[in-house]
Amino acid sequence: MLDLLHDVIFDYTLRNVALGSALLGIVGGVLGSFAVLRRQGLLGDALAHTALPGICLAFMLTGLRTPLVLMAGAAITGWIGTLIIIKVVQDTRISEDSALGIVLSVFFGIGIVLLTYIQQSNNANQAGLDRYLFGQAATLVQSHVITMAVLGGAALLCVALLFKEFKLLSFDPEFAASIGFPVGKLNVLLTSLIVIAVVIGLQTVGVVLMAAMLVGPAAAARQWTNRLSVMLGLAALFGAAAGVSGAMISVTASRLPTGPMVILCMTAIVIVSLLFAPERGLVWDAVRQRSSRRRILQGGPG
Amino acid sequence: MDSEEALDRLPVAVRDLTVAYRDTPVLWDVDVSMPEGKMIAIVGPNGAGKSTLIKSILNLVPLTSGNVTIYGKTYKAQRSMVGYVPQRGSVDWDFPTTTLDVVQMGMYGKLGWIRRPGKRERDVALECLEKVGMASYANRQISQLSGGQQQRVFLARALAQDAQIYFMDEPFAGVDATTERAIVDIMRELRESGKTLVVVHHNLETVPEYFDWVILLNVRVIASGPVEEVFTREAIQKAYGGRMTFLPDSVGEPSGPLRRAESLGD
Repeated sequence: MLDLLHDVIFDYTLRNVALGSALLGIVGGVLGSFAVLRRQGLLGDALAHTALPGICLAFMLTGLRTPLVLMAGAAITGWIGTLIIIKVVQDTRISEDSALGIVLSVFFGIGIVLLTYIQQSNNANQAGLDRYLFGQAATLVQSHVITMAVLGGAALLCVALLFKEFKLLSFDPEFAASIGFPVGKLNVLLTSLIVIAVVIGLQTVGVVLMAAMLVGPAAAARQWTNRLSVMLGLAALFGAAAGVSGAMISVTASRLPTGPMVILCMTAIVIVSLLFAPERGLVWDAVRQRSSRRRILQGGPG
Repeated sequence: MDSEEALDRLPVAVRDLTVAYRDTPVLWDVDVSMPEGKMIAIVGPNGAGKSTLIKSILNLVPLTSGNVTIYGKTYKAQRSMVGYVPQRGSVDWDFPTTTLDVVQMGMYGKLGWIRRPGKRERDVALECLEKVGMASYANRQISQLSGGQQQRVFLARALAQDAQIYFMDEPFAGVDATTERAIVDIMRELRESGKTLVVVHHNLETVPEYFDWVILLNVRVIASGPVEEVFTREAIQKAYGGRMTFLPDSVGEPSGPLRRAESLGD
């Protein structure tokens, strides 16, 4: 255990992996909290899947595998996907869940086609592009982590400054509009920040499982508190814990892809929270019901 | 009557307003003036466009045509004079926040960007909670409130807006009799201090008791004016399309009060 700690601090690869996955967990946790409270958990999933064709296209156009280039591609198609979803919901009779489902699968399908094409093209540089499906934290280098830190830091700064605005937008958008908040613009900004969170996680967790890093920490954090600010903090903490432990298992134990390991750690946190959180935990719920049933059977509410 | 000067003194003036969702008109050529210092009920059957009328005044839905003025100017210019109580069911009451925090949201508009509520806002919010009899619930998580308590909290939030005109969307929906009384008392207090209240209301029976002015709506305006003048059996039946089999005793008619038996086909 101490050896591992020593390695995390002094080993170049492990340090990058730990920092990168912690960053992903923190940013994903904070922005995912807003997505979950606005009942838009699936939007994150759609966003992540729509990033895949962007990664492939960015590589095909530039021939580069630099994370910044691929991230930009991911962000662009992620954005286009979101805009299509918003448009479809606005202008047609198709409901939001169907729109999400359609856009997600179409974009992901295109992404897989492009990825297969690239892999068969004998481009020597293409090796490893498929890591973006399930993530491979071991490939993180210092420059990636710095890029992630800058992007993530900017996103978190936005949330810190506009905390009150985002809170009202999430709780009561109509009232927010009535007092003059530019609800449409805030909505676009918040969605863009979620795009950033997704893009940060691509290399570590991958497009397929990224949504879990938005929804999981938020769902677990909600169990433990009734304050939004505390919820954001806890979600960041849970996200970071799952990110770091998952990445460490994946890097040190074997050549397992990182995404699934991170998600398994996240799942453990979610299950414990769902069962044992005070007030909202299912276990205490059952205990309370039992004791009140016994009281009623023994006569009287007293 | 619409000289510009008169418009300046009118809390709300709606002119030739039409609102449509896709191809269906929800409001058609609505033309109403709402006088100052009155309690005004907007009444009509389901789908009559009552909430939409409030939302178009508050600039929350796109207008197909027509315009709305608040004391002679656009809503945008007069926003700080307006308080809003949305339908209670329009928000998620399991949101992680406290009663006091929700009331403080009423002051977000005046706080401006980035600035957070401080001691002053906290004190005002507590005062508003006191007025609606909810001071002891200040630190409660909002999911623990009953329907009536939620409505009081929304009312307190509107009080914190410190407005001249209040728009309330069904404030009595699903609340108990005590809360209804309490809300009416607060509304009357507001009227005494010269505020104007515009309320979407469902219970025809209590219209004459609570309100001074009534707007009967069914996509178009059927009638609009002082309750004792325009809240007649004919107008109500016209608004409800003859679907009303029951009319309250208190509903007046130009030719005398209407008896319940009459409307039951006696």
